Amino acid sequence: MYAQLVETGVKRVKSLEEMSPEERNFQEKVDAEIKIEAKNWMPEAYRQTLIRQISQHAHSEIVGMLPEGNWVTRAPSLKRKLQLMAKIQDEAGHGLYLYSAMETLGADRDEEIAKLHSGKAKYSSIFNYPTLSWADMGAVGWLVDGAAIVNQVVLQRTSYGPYSRAMIRICKEESFHQRQGYEILLTMMRHGTQAQRDMVQDAINRLWWPSLMMFGPSDEHSPNSAQSMAWKIKRQTNDELRQRFIDQTVPQLELLGCTAPDPELKWNAERGHYDFGEIQWDEFYEVIKGNGPCNQERVATRRKAIEDGAWVREAAVAYARKQQNKNAA
Amino acid sequence: MHNETLIPYLLLLGDSALVQGQRLCEWCGHAPAIEEELALMNVGLDLVGQARNWLEYAAELLDDGRDADALAFRRDERAYRNLLLVEQPNGDFAVTMTKQFLYDAWHFAVLQGLAGSSDERIAGIAAKALKEVTYHLRRSSEWVQRLGGGTEESRQRMLAAIAALWRFTVELTAASDNEVQLAEVGIAADPATVGAAWLKQVSETFASVELPLPKAASHFYLDSRQGLHTEHLGLLLAEMQFLPRAYPDATW
Repeated sequence: MYAQLVETGVKRVKSLEEMSPEERNFQEKVDAEIKIEAKNWMPEAYRQTLIRQISQHAHSEIVGMLPEGNWVTRAPSLKRKLQLMAKIQDEAGHGLYLYSAMETLGADRDEEIAKLHSGKAKYSSIFNYPTLSWADMGAVGWLVDGAAIVNQVVLQRTSYGPYSRAMIRICKEESFHQRQGYEILLTMMRHGTQAQRDMVQDAINRLWWPSLMMFGPSDEHSPNSAQSMAWKIKRQTNDELRQRFIDQTVPQLELLGCTAPDPELKWNAERGHYDFGEIQWDEFYEVIKGNGPCNQERVATRRKAIEDGAWVREAAVAYARKQQNKNAA
Repeated sequence: MHNETLIPYLLLLGDSALVQGQRLCEWCGHAPAIEEELALMNVGLDLVGQARNWLEYAAELLDDGRDADALAFRRDERAYRNLLLVEQPNGDFAVTMTKQFLYDAWHFAVLQGLAGSSDERIAGIAAKALKEVTYHLRRSSEWVQRLGGGTEESRQRMLAAIAALWRFTVELTAASDNEVQLAEVGIAADPATVGAAWLKQVSETFASVELPLPKAASHFYLDSRQGLHTEHLGLLLAEMQFLPRAYPDATW
């Protein structure tokens, strides 16, 4: 996943009685778990919400390559280098796949990417944090891909067919990334030196809270959730997903022999869940607004890549046109 | 046994693939289109995988306690045997693709020869790599055509890229005594065949978009077969080898 705070443009969820016949027909299909396909009628707000969500998701895959690109040239062994290269390649593939799903809704990839570069479109806040050591490659795989999977597993049942199918495919690969990330950390903790173990704990300290923020604002501050849930674009609330992630991650954390930077984190037998401390929401909103540690660099890098590549794309188009003319002549 | 001649040859193959793969890693997040992010990383992945196979074999023959990782991450530049061409900085996309194409054309011809090597281990690695490099060569030659025959700007950039890189191609056609000896016993690809195939491929691809073929590069002071590299390799290795060098006792 990597979609947070996706606007629906809708203030209040309509009841079936308030809907036009076609909107009602659409909602009844959604309620009956029948997938909406590209050619089906859909409310404009549903279409726009999906475009925003899927493009945000696609942008996150592409921007998410940058913190890994920071270490791919410094991977410490041939095996780790190959693993990271394969992961990055998968992410570029996910980005392409998601942009294609988005284009089935009538959106244009270049236009949506231009919105990313102008700062209008968002991507997951997590990628605005720096990767400062090799252990971050493990922690990103384990925590960030782990958080993404919790979200995406649910999105496999999302109401829009092309998005749902994209999620099914992407989930398989991300589970693999998560296991690899965890294995990087486990190797360092079990077979590494004290310096390596310190590196792992430091990575967890820095990435723990930002990973929890990936699920977006708490339910009480998530104004778009009700409509997204009614449309079954979203299937579970931010807080439900965050809790699930914490519940499944803490035992893995303990197996590593590491701790979370949260003194309030403890098992609550009555709830059957872990309790945890309050997220620094000020930080979350600042990062979302563009004021995180790497927002400027991430967007500038992406913009520069596309701007610097303009002549390459133009050449490819010009050459293809010449070939066509030659074949036609 | 041919170890004194075979090990440097395996290092030539392994180090060239590794260094070329390392340069492709540098493109991560900076490619001109998302499709190219995928393709550049995909080609790099193939090459680093091939490098691992060659270096594992070299390490076994060396039999001095070093493994493929030790060869990749603990050797100084004077001990590296990669082609000078592949250590050159990426430059713009024209330089990157020209470098890739000139290397691929050589790599393809070498692997074709090696797939029939009398050394079964080499033949096996080469046969698998040949499938990957067949695609690499098709892709890079298509980019040479697109950029060479695309717009005025892309053509100018291609001409500049060829002018900057051509001097390093002397290594792609010149035969060392070492390789000639190995070829005579059926282990290495025949250097004369490789050189001729390389020149044919490059001439035809360049001619298809009217890119002029420079005259044959002449030998000069630097020679990767003696570990005499350009200044760029040291910096590339400093980055690539940082972690194993900084944490010599670590397990990754």
